[in-house]
Amino acid sequence: MAARSAALAQQERAAYLFLSPWLIGLIFLTLGPTLASLYLSFTQFDLLQPPRWIGVENYARMFFADQRYRNALSVTFIYVACSVPLKLVFALALAMVLDKGLRGLTVYRALLYLPSLLGGSVAIAVLWRQIFGYDGLVNEALALLGIDGPSWISNPNYSIYTLVILRVWQFGSPMIIFLAGLRQIPMELHEAAAIDGASAFRRFRSITLPLLAPVIFFNLVLQTIDAFKAFTPAFIVSGGTGGPVDSTLFYTLYLYQEAFAYFRMGYASAMAWVLLVIIAISTAAAFLSARYWVHYGDERE
Amino acid sequence: MIRATPEGSLRARLARAALHAGLAAFTLAMLYPLLWMIASSFKPERIIFTDFSLWPRDGSLRAYVEGWTGLRVSFTRFFANSAFVAVLAVIGNVTACSLAAFAFARLQFRLKKLWFALMLGTLMLPYHVTLIPQYVLFLKLGWVDSFLPLIVPKFLAVDAFFIFLMVQFFRGIPRELDEAAMMDGCGPWGVYRRIMLPLSRPVLATAAIFSFIWTWDDFFGPLIYLNDINLYTAPLALRSFVDSTGRTEWGPLFAMSTLSLVPVFFVFLCFQKLIIRGIAMSGLKG
Repeated sequence: MAARSAALAQQERAAYLFLSPWLIGLIFLTLGPTLASLYLSFTQFDLLQPPRWIGVENYARMFFADQRYRNALSVTFIYVACSVPLKLVFALALAMVLDKGLRGLTVYRALLYLPSLLGGSVAIAVLWRQIFGYDGLVNEALALLGIDGPSWISNPNYSIYTLVILRVWQFGSPMIIFLAGLRQIPMELHEAAAIDGASAFRRFRSITLPLLAPVIFFNLVLQTIDAFKAFTPAFIVSGGTGGPVDSTLFYTLYLYQEAFAYFRMGYASAMAWVLLVIIAISTAAAFLSARYWVHYGDERE
Repeated sequence: MIRATPEGSLRARLARAALHAGLAAFTLAMLYPLLWMIASSFKPERIIFTDFSLWPRDGSLRAYVEGWTGLRVSFTRFFANSAFVAVLAVIGNVTACSLAAFAFARLQFRLKKLWFALMLGTLMLPYHVTLIPQYVLFLKLGWVDSFLPLIVPKFLAVDAFFIFLMVQFFRGIPRELDEAAMMDGCGPWGVYRRIMLPLSRPVLATAAIFSFIWTWDDFFGPLIYLNDINLYTAPLALRSFVDSTGRTEWGPLFAMSTLSLVPVFFVFLCFQKLIIRGIAMSGLKG
């Protein structure tokens, strides 16, 4: 008995040794800073002077007085609302085509994944700036058709959509997840339905969609969270300004400017907390809605 | 949808050929911007805008030579910096995350459930929430304008997702192996070193690969923490390159952009299977 508890005590010591790097990180780089930024969000703080408590003033300004903030919110929502569904539709469509048992599947899959692999980089954002610039590739192509295109990235009506296109173009990774999900659907179901005379569309609606719902849900949540956090493309394409006229001022970009260009660290912290809440609410909403459209295979057990 | 179309019938074969043609065309269209950038980096500056071809006639390496030294400091330095940060990040992530994962998967200790729940909780946390206090901390430590803020967090397993991934994998390794090793006198450290690590190569490799890709591509961290141009990583250098050349010289810019994509592309070529499986199984973002 004594030997056993000694062994347990030893294991406990060993366990905490194994955990120690992570624990230090958790306390000093994650939990501590999370609480600190909650505190900072109620202060005015410019790095030079110690933080000064101002109550809910940051939040009040954010919700009621800051036109740029409201604009950043709507830019971000447009970006998320346009890019996520389009990206998922593309990903699912391509996954279904690739699932037809073609030879060379792995080659197509690898090639179509490339934009996803590379698309988040500065290099591709730089490329996008050229492609959608006034004398860029898109306008050169339009010129062949006799159309004189605008500078897409410096026109506030279009600039955000060039970023949406950039994001949709990276449909490769959800496509891979969909493909893995499609593989799980038993072939027999489709065959039986086909014999009963179900059209391709009917089979898609009644077999593929319901059985794939958990995967769709997973991709939806993942992509939504990711889209809210996008930063690099907007920063590079707009040259760090979020312009023209704040039309690409993503939430994260505005947060960055407030913190590291204007040194309003308290305000930026408040923004970070609101972002956390927005992400939490949209994730929760997705989970709530899932009750009505996502059914897992083992649910009835 | 039907995978088992009868082989051989002419209609089926034609349909398949059409599908291949369509897919190939679509794939090419998707890759066109990328290929065009690579081709353009070899083209003479004046025709970049007007030439759609993917094969540079009278191509040259001029843009590469110009681009390499296009900033005050050469790209040798920037790529070396990127490689340094990325390699250390990989080592840090793999070491620290596997240590923590081993404790969660195999050892008994008090508060285990609480710590595990906290670990899962941090997965959901957007990094913006910790951003500013972390910055203040690193500023007070005198680490701003050094690589430390980019590297040290990895050695403290801040990318907790990898812990989660490894715990899942470790749990799949039969416990009998641990017990046998314990009988032979191995302590927890011995089990970790001699049983877990050698048997977990796939998950360790997956963590290493994604750490590398993310760190290499990371723009936000270097943007905040590195001011001295001698410390710039490749993405940061590209960004100042854009600002300094404006819209006058795309050739050198494309050349350096292309080069900055090469390491990630190369990693993908070598570890394609692991990367695709990593995404398919756990939704690691690529």
